[in-house]
Amino acid sequence: MFSDDKSNGGNFLGNFWAKVAHGFSPAIIEGETCQIYHEGSNGVSIEIEKLNKSFGDHHVLKDIDLSIKPGETFSIIGPSGTGKSLLLKHIVKLIEADSGRIIINGHDIEDPEVRNGSSDFRYSMVFQSSALFNSLTVGENVGLWLREKRICPEVRIRRIIQEKLRLVGLEGKEELRTSELSGGMKKRVAIARSLAMNPDLILYDEPTAELDPVTSDELARVIMSLKDKVKLTTIIVSHDLNFALYLSNRVAMMHDGEIIALGTPEEIKKSQNPIVRNFIYTTTKGIQGEGD
Amino acid sequence: MQILKPIGNSVLYVGQTVGEMIALLCEMLYFFKEAPRNLTSIFRQMSIVGIETLPIAMLVALFVGMVLSVQTGSELALYGTQEAIGAIVGLSMVKELGPVMTSLLVAGRVGSSMAAEIGAMQVYEEIDALKTLEINPVRYLAMPRLIACLFAVPALVAFAMVVGIIGGGIVAEVNPKIDVPFNVYYENMTRAINYKDIVKGLFKAMVFGGIIAHVGCYVGFKASGGARGIGESTTRSVVLSFLLIMIANYLLTRFMI
Ligand SMILES: Nc1ncnc2c1ncn2[C@@H]1O[C@H](COP(=O)(O)OP(=O)(O)O)[C@@H](O)[C@H]1O
Ligand SMILES: [Mg+2]
Repeated sequence: MFSDDKSNGGNFLGNFWAKVAHGFSPAIIEGETCQIYHEGSNGVSIEIEKLNKSFGDHHVLKDIDLSIKPGETFSIIGPSGTGKSLLLKHIVKLIEADSGRIIINGHDIEDPEVRNGSSDFRYSMVFQSSALFNSLTVGENVGLWLREKRICPEVRIRRIIQEKLRLVGLEGKEELRTSELSGGMKKRVAIARSLAMNPDLILYDEPTAELDPVTSDELARVIMSLKDKVKLTTIIVSHDLNFALYLSNRVAMMHDGEIIALGTPEEIKKSQNPIVRNFIYTTTKGIQGEGD
Repeated sequence: MQILKPIGNSVLYVGQTVGEMIALLCEMLYFFKEAPRNLTSIFRQMSIVGIETLPIAMLVALFVGMVLSVQTGSELALYGTQEAIGAIVGLSMVKELGPVMTSLLVAGRVGSSMAAEIGAMQVYEEIDALKTLEINPVRYLAMPRLIACLFAVPALVAFAMVVGIIGGGIVAEVNPKIDVPFNVYYENMTRAINYKDIVKGLFKAMVFGGIIAHVGCYVGFKASGGARGIGESTTRSVVLSFLLIMIANYLLTRFMI
């Protein structure tokens, strides 16, 4: 049903335990293939139209319009509290908008037919706090979606976990507990967990927050290398200007719930908008000071 | 008019809480159909509730039985009717003290840690992460805890009943003022206790177990505001489940007699 009939040996007890642990779903029993888990994903396009959100009297997102191309790496920068995380949460349907639409690959995300995990597209998010489950090991965190979704046999899941951990440079760390990880490693495990969904769209909320410059540089390299290996649309929210400019094809600057500037990193650097200039100035002050 | 505003607000708040709790309960019950595929986490929760609470629950039950025996036994001895001590301790342990004391203990120990654990997951975005992984947090976190409590709390209570009765019997035998031999105590107790009393006591325990898990999960899901919010949610879960257990105890006793 979910599997082809390539039987696999292996010890009986181990297999039996795997079956019990996964509630005897057919996919777990035998075979190698994964339903709906195709190698290689396609980036998706995203259209955000006149999105508004208020909490009580506090109008946080004001008429946001954005258009993101398939396969693009897009950054949203801006000071804290302007609604960047909130915008991401709208895209992954954690929060409902008061008005406006979000269209991914031509489908309105409010459409009940369009679910995450359906064959159309898949999205996943790397949260600011990494949000790893600390009752699970690194490997179990990465494999959680696959195991819960029960689309893959256990042998295959193990292989996918290995492969995704290798992508983020954490080979062989499956058995570690999340409490044994440093901040940078947690972020990378969170990325691997997102990649295990084979997403078409991946969203990073403040990936470098709380990381030292060296670690955030490493993380930038991981995200860069993913761009070459996996084709997907990437949205990065950050208040770290250099990080965003370094990684992105295009950058949008948010201020007070509005997009006030949009363009390639070069265009943003040259922008005449006083708020953008001020943001660039305050975040690069130290570096400029040394140069003078 | 200004005085009415806070009153109105708290009425709204209570109404909202009740509504949300009922919604959560319905959702948990709906996900009972997914129980077979979540057996591992159900068993893990059962062992947390049952095995980890067992020693302390037995200790508490032992002393409750003992104090009951000392208090009533010495009083009865004044009238020479101390043989009735078996019935009194037995009935109190089975009908009231066993279920209620044990449940309060579980609420303080397990319910609060459920609220803290789920609250921390809420605050640190883990619940959101579950949702983006297409895992329903109620199915994944709340339903196993509810099922575990529904079975583990009555099991604990059964142990507590036995231990409390034994404690009372030991005191009755040893205490010179009471001086009822254990076999007299035992016979008197078995004559007084009907198996229906035991079933009712265990049923109460099951309801209390449900309340503990329900409240712990609800309060956890509602946590907000960083580490402080997590702390507040543990306190809130204890207060709310104590209150609901007491109310439920009255209602159950009233309608099961
Ligand atoms: N669930 C919520 N309830 C109430 N206010 C919220 C909620 N989520 C976000 N906000 C408000 O929205 C604003 C933007 O928050 P956020 O998106 O986290 O900012 P950023 O990520 O840009 O730092 C903040 O002022 C915050 O108070
Ligand atoms: Mg944020």
